[in-house]
Amino acid sequence: MTTLLEVSGLSTHYVAARGTRVTRAVEDVSFSLEAGRTLGIVGESGSGKTTLALTLMRLLPPGARIAGGSVRFEGEDIFTKSDSEMRAIRGKRMAMILQDPMASLNPLFTVGDQIAETLRAHEQMPRRRAWTRARDLLAAVRIAVPERRVGEYPHEMSGGMRQRVVGAIAISCEPKLLIADEPTTSLDLTIQAQYLQLLREIQRERDLAMIFITHNLGIVAKMCDDVAVMYAGRLVEFGPVRRIFDAPAHPYTRALIESIPRLGDPTARLTAIDGQPPDPAALPPGCAFHPRCPLVVDRCRVEAPPEVRVAVAHHARCWLASERPI
Amino acid sequence: MTALLEARDLTKLFPVGRGLFGRGGGAVRAVDGISFAIEPGRTLGIVGESGCGKTTTAKLLLKLEEPTAGDILFEGRGLTTLDKDGVRQYRRSVQAVFQDPFASLNPRMRVDAIIAEPLVTNEKIDKPHVRQRVARLLDMVGLPARSADLFPHEFSGGQRQRIAIARALALSPKLVVLDEPVSALDVSIRAQILNLLVDLQRDLGLAYLFIAHDLAAVAHMSHSIAVMYLGQLVEYGPAKTVATDPKHPYTQALFSAALPSHPDESRDEIILTGEVPSPVNPPSGCRFHPRCPHVLPRCAPEVPKLRGAFGREVACHLYDTAR
Repeated sequence: MTTLLEVSGLSTHYVAARGTRVTRAVEDVSFSLEAGRTLGIVGESGSGKTTLALTLMRLLPPGARIAGGSVRFEGEDIFTKSDSEMRAIRGKRMAMILQDPMASLNPLFTVGDQIAETLRAHEQMPRRRAWTRARDLLAAVRIAVPERRVGEYPHEMSGGMRQRVVGAIAISCEPKLLIADEPTTSLDLTIQAQYLQLLREIQRERDLAMIFITHNLGIVAKMCDDVAVMYAGRLVEFGPVRRIFDAPAHPYTRALIESIPRLGDPTARLTAIDGQPPDPAALPPGCAFHPRCPLVVDRCRVEAPPEVRVAVAHHARCWLASERPI
Repeated sequence: MTALLEARDLTKLFPVGRGLFGRGGGAVRAVDGISFAIEPGRTLGIVGESGCGKTTTAKLLLKLEEPTAGDILFEGRGLTTLDKDGVRQYRRSVQAVFQDPFASLNPRMRVDAIIAEPLVTNEKIDKPHVRQRVARLLDMVGLPARSADLFPHEFSGGQRQRIAIARALALSPKLVVLDEPVSALDVSIRAQILNLLVDLQRDLGLAYLFIAHDLAAVAHMSHSIAVMYLGQLVEYGPAKTVATDPKHPYTQALFSAALPSHPDESRDEIILTGEVPSPVNPPSGCRFHPRCPHVLPRCAPEVPKLRGAFGREVACHLYDTAR
C-alpha cells in the first residue's frame, strides 16, 4: 500500500500580542494515511483538530504559524509549495467538506455554476462540458432529478441536499484525499445516515482516502479504519479503530469511550470525566490531561510523556502506556 | 400511578402565507393531536428530527405557546380552567433548561442574582434567606460556594449548564423541561451533566421532559419514549421497549441510524429515501407513507391510529391485525 499523507512532528501555533502570547494549537503531531483508507481525528473543542486540518490544506488564518515539522502529500513536501502551486493542489488533489453547507455555498449562484467553477478552474473545462459534468456529479451524490436541480440556488434545497452539493464540488476533480470537518453535525439523524452511506460509496468507487474530523466517537466507530485522538493540541493516541475501542492505551481515550451512553445498555451509570478541557493558551505543565486523569502519578505533573509504541501501529502518549508489554 | 402532567389531543397550528386581508394561506401543523402522560419522578423522552414538533411541545408545556386545541392537565386540573393564581402556581412548578448555556444566562448578572431571580420575583423572602437558598442550590449542582459572586463568562460550558439547572430548581419545581441540555457541551462534560440530572431526579423526585437528538442519551435518561414525526406521535411506550425493539417503521429507521458505540456493533441499517416533507402540507393518511419501506395500499388514504401493541402504542397499519 502506498502512503498518501505523511505528517511528522507538525506544530502549528497561534501568535498574538507581538509574539508574547503563543497558543500551541497543534504540537508535535505525527501520523500517516494510506491511499483509500479513512482516518478519524477525534477531539473536543480546542483540542486542535480543526487547526490540524487547516494546516494540512495550508489554509491557516493570519496569526497562525507553522512552527515545525513537515507534511508530505503524495511524496511532496507541501510546505515548500508556492501559493499558486498550493491552489492547484487544493480542490483538485485534496478537497475539504465543512460543517455548515450554507457557509460553503454562494447564495447568488446556482449549484451548477458552483460545481462547474471548480472544473473550469482546475481542469480548464469548457463551459458547456463543465455544466454537463456538474449534472452528472449531482447524480453521483444521489440527488434526484439532477437536470432540474443543477439550475437551482442553494436556498431552494434542504440542508441534506446542500451538503450533497458540497460533496459533489469536493469530488469534482477526482481528489485523492477528502478532509471532512464535522460534515454531518448540522444534519438530522436519518439524513446523516444517508450522507455517511453516500461518502462510503463514493470512497469505494473512487479509492478516496478520507480524514474525518469529529467529536463524535460514533462516527469514528462507523466510518474509520484508524483513529487519532487529540487532547490539548497533542495527538495522545493513534491506532486501528478496533484496538482503540477494545484496548485504549491512554486514560483520556478510555474515559471518552466509557462516558458515552449506549443504546444496548441504557441503564448503566455513565463514567464521567472530572474537570474540563484546558484552555489551549494556558496548558497545565507535564501531561495536559493530568489534572483530570484518574491514574495520575507524580511524573505526569512535571514531564510530558513521549510517544510510545503500544502495539503494531498503535501509539500513545502516556507514562503508564510504556509500562505495558507489547 | 396518577400522572403529574397529561397532554390530551394537544394541537398547535401556526398560520403561514396569509394574504393582505388575512385570508387564504395554510397552517403549519407543528403539533397535531398528541397525547401523553408524565408521571411524578419519571422522565419522558421525546425523539424526532427537526420540524417534528418536539420543541413546540416543550413550549406548550411551558406555556410559552397556547395550544390551538386540546388541553394539558397538571395534577388532574386542566390549564385552560386555571385562574391567574393557578397559572402562576403552574409556571412555578414547571421549569426549563435549554441547550445553550451561553445564551440562556444574562452576562451582566452575577451568578447569585441569576439563581435568585426566580426566588425574588416569586417569593417574599429576605436577603439572608435568599443567600442561603442560593448556596444550597449551588451545592446541589456541584458548584463551589464562591461561584455566587462571579459572572457567567468566568465559567466553562458545563459549569454554566449547572448554573442554568440551579436556577431551574430555585422554585422547587415538579417538572423540568430539558431541551437538548447537553448537545452544546463538550463530549467529556456531557456525562457529568447527565449524571447530575439523574442524581437530582432521585433526590428531589423531579419529573423530566427530555428532548434530544442523541438517541442513546434519551434512552439512557428516559423511563418512557415518545417518537414524533411531522407533529404526530408514531410510537410511545417504555423506553427500553421502544429503544431495543422499535415497531413503527420510522422508529426502526431512526434507531438504526443511531451511531454505533463500537466498530463491531452492526445494525441492519435502514436508509430512508427522501427527506421529511413540509408540515404545511403533510402527506395524506399515514404521514410517513411516502418514505416507508413497508408501505401498504391503505397507508395513503387511511390515517393509522395510535393503538396498543407489543407492550407499547404504535400508529401503523402493519400491526392492525396483531392487536
